[in-house]
Amino acid sequence: MNVVAGRELGRARCKACWVSCGVLLLIVASFVSLNLKWADFLAPDALAKIGVFLLGFFPPETSTLFLAKAWQALLETLAMSALGTLLAAVLGLALALPAAKVHADDPAWTKPFARLLLNALRSIPELVWAALLLICAGLGPFPGTLALALHTAGVLGRLFAESIENAPPGPASALRVRGISELRIFLYATLPQIWPQVISYTLYRWENNIRAAAVLGVVGAGGLGQMLSYHLGLFQMRETSTVLIGMVALVALVDALSFMSRRWLGR
Amino acid sequence: MSTSSPTVLRATLPQRAVPDPAAGGRLGLVLLVAVLLWPMLVWTEFRPWDLFDARSLKFTAKFLAEFVPPRHDAEFLGLLLHQTWRTIAMATAGLTLAFGLAVPLALLCTGRLSISALTGRMAAMPYVLRQLARWAAIVLRSIPELVWALIFVRVVGLGPTSGVIAIGIAYGGMLGKVYAEILESGDAATTQALLRNGAGRLQAFFYGTLPQCSTELVSYTVYRWECAIRSSVVLGFVGAGGLGQELDNASKMFAGAEVSSILLVFILLVAIADRLSAWLRKELG
Repeated sequence: MNVVAGRELGRARCKACWVSCGVLLLIVASFVSLNLKWADFLAPDALAKIGVFLLGFFPPETSTLFLAKAWQALLETLAMSALGTLLAAVLGLALALPAAKVHADDPAWTKPFARLLLNALRSIPELVWAALLLICAGLGPFPGTLALALHTAGVLGRLFAESIENAPPGPASALRVRGISELRIFLYATLPQIWPQVISYTLYRWENNIRAAAVLGVVGAGGLGQMLSYHLGLFQMRETSTVLIGMVALVALVDALSFMSRRWLGR
Repeated sequence: MSTSSPTVLRATLPQRAVPDPAAGGRLGLVLLVAVLLWPMLVWTEFRPWDLFDARSLKFTAKFLAEFVPPRHDAEFLGLLLHQTWRTIAMATAGLTLAFGLAVPLALLCTGRLSISALTGRMAAMPYVLRQLARWAAIVLRSIPELVWALIFVRVVGLGPTSGVIAIGIAYGGMLGKVYAEILESGDAATTQALLRNGAGRLQAFFYGTLPQCSTELVSYTVYRWECAIRSSVVLGFVGAGGLGQELDNASKMFAGAEVSSILLVFILLVAIADRLSAWLRKELG
């Protein structure tokens, strides 16, 4: 083995060594500084308390009235996620256009600002948006829907902007040389080309948003989550258990559907 | 040639603007979507004009006006720094627990280390055991970490312990399932050769399976660490401490200046974690 390759290998090993030291240090510092109360969790009487707490979940509440209420909350969760995703797709497309350099001579003045806005929308999670929007819009599913829409618009807008920049430029420039307005170029040349990507990104985010919508209610933004935190707060464990089962069933159903559709599409 | 082309074009193009031939179908589609959308608008109580009534507008304006300048006195910044570290620590400790849970789950799940499968079909008992481990991982993962945290806050009380355990359980299931999938995606030949020649399962794992998949495993774990930071902020909202809890308190007291300052720190934290994770994945990949 020559000397250069040996030195290269040594350097790579050294780097891996430094990285793992850093990771170890971070882990130790985390555990030490948090002063976690394991005793509260693992002591015999604490374990007994957890046991009693968990036993309270059985049997789940199954009265018709309560099931009807839970079903309504489930529909509300689904509606929140669907509407939120749709709004996000529209807003994302509207922001993607200023965030993209559409052709080679496009000065794209707006690009840095639009990108900054998209990044800010994206980096604040749905739940934080919901907590902030509650102040402006009051309790209920409406702020939840808006929260999903804002966060998802950030995610989708960035993906759409990249799709627009990567779209083949031919059809758009054919229209541009005839002096057709930028909006109509987008509608008739660029949009049809990126449409399959728009649809698939949007569906993927919808799948994520159903999961997010289920828990958004915990801060008071409607759907299953709101029911969950309400009944858990009152220590009504049997009702909580029904809501939890509904939530897990919804998530599992969405996972299964997406797995099957992906397998079907990939065939 | 080039000078005559505009005239040629004009001659071949229709003189009148032709209406969009696909317009009818598109209009129909939009109407269909609108009809489907109607019940959703009712269910989500979608009333955007509520945002613009005089009282709520005044309130929003007052709240937003306080956003600038963000609160930046030394005491508050010190508190923010402390809470930021707690957020990072909660994510890191949670992910460490998750790792401890995920490794045994993944080793149990993966069919790659099956000795009975070497001679054809896997035997019945090991198959059932593997499926059970897989289902356990799926169940742990399918309850969101926020719900785990809500439950643990009731049991162990407020504080980071419930957040760490919640991340540990939810991410443990997720990591376990994905680790098993990654281990099974590689080439089986080396592992099987080792097993056939009498190596133990762990030996076969460390010398046959792991070397192929290690970069992918590491990069997925780093990516999940980044996700854990985001979710540990969210867990603060149910009382697990850190930046999330500060933000919850500030927004409940309508302290706009504090909210904007926490949001800025949070955006910065996410951006740094994002960069760091991308850099690590590139370096190790």
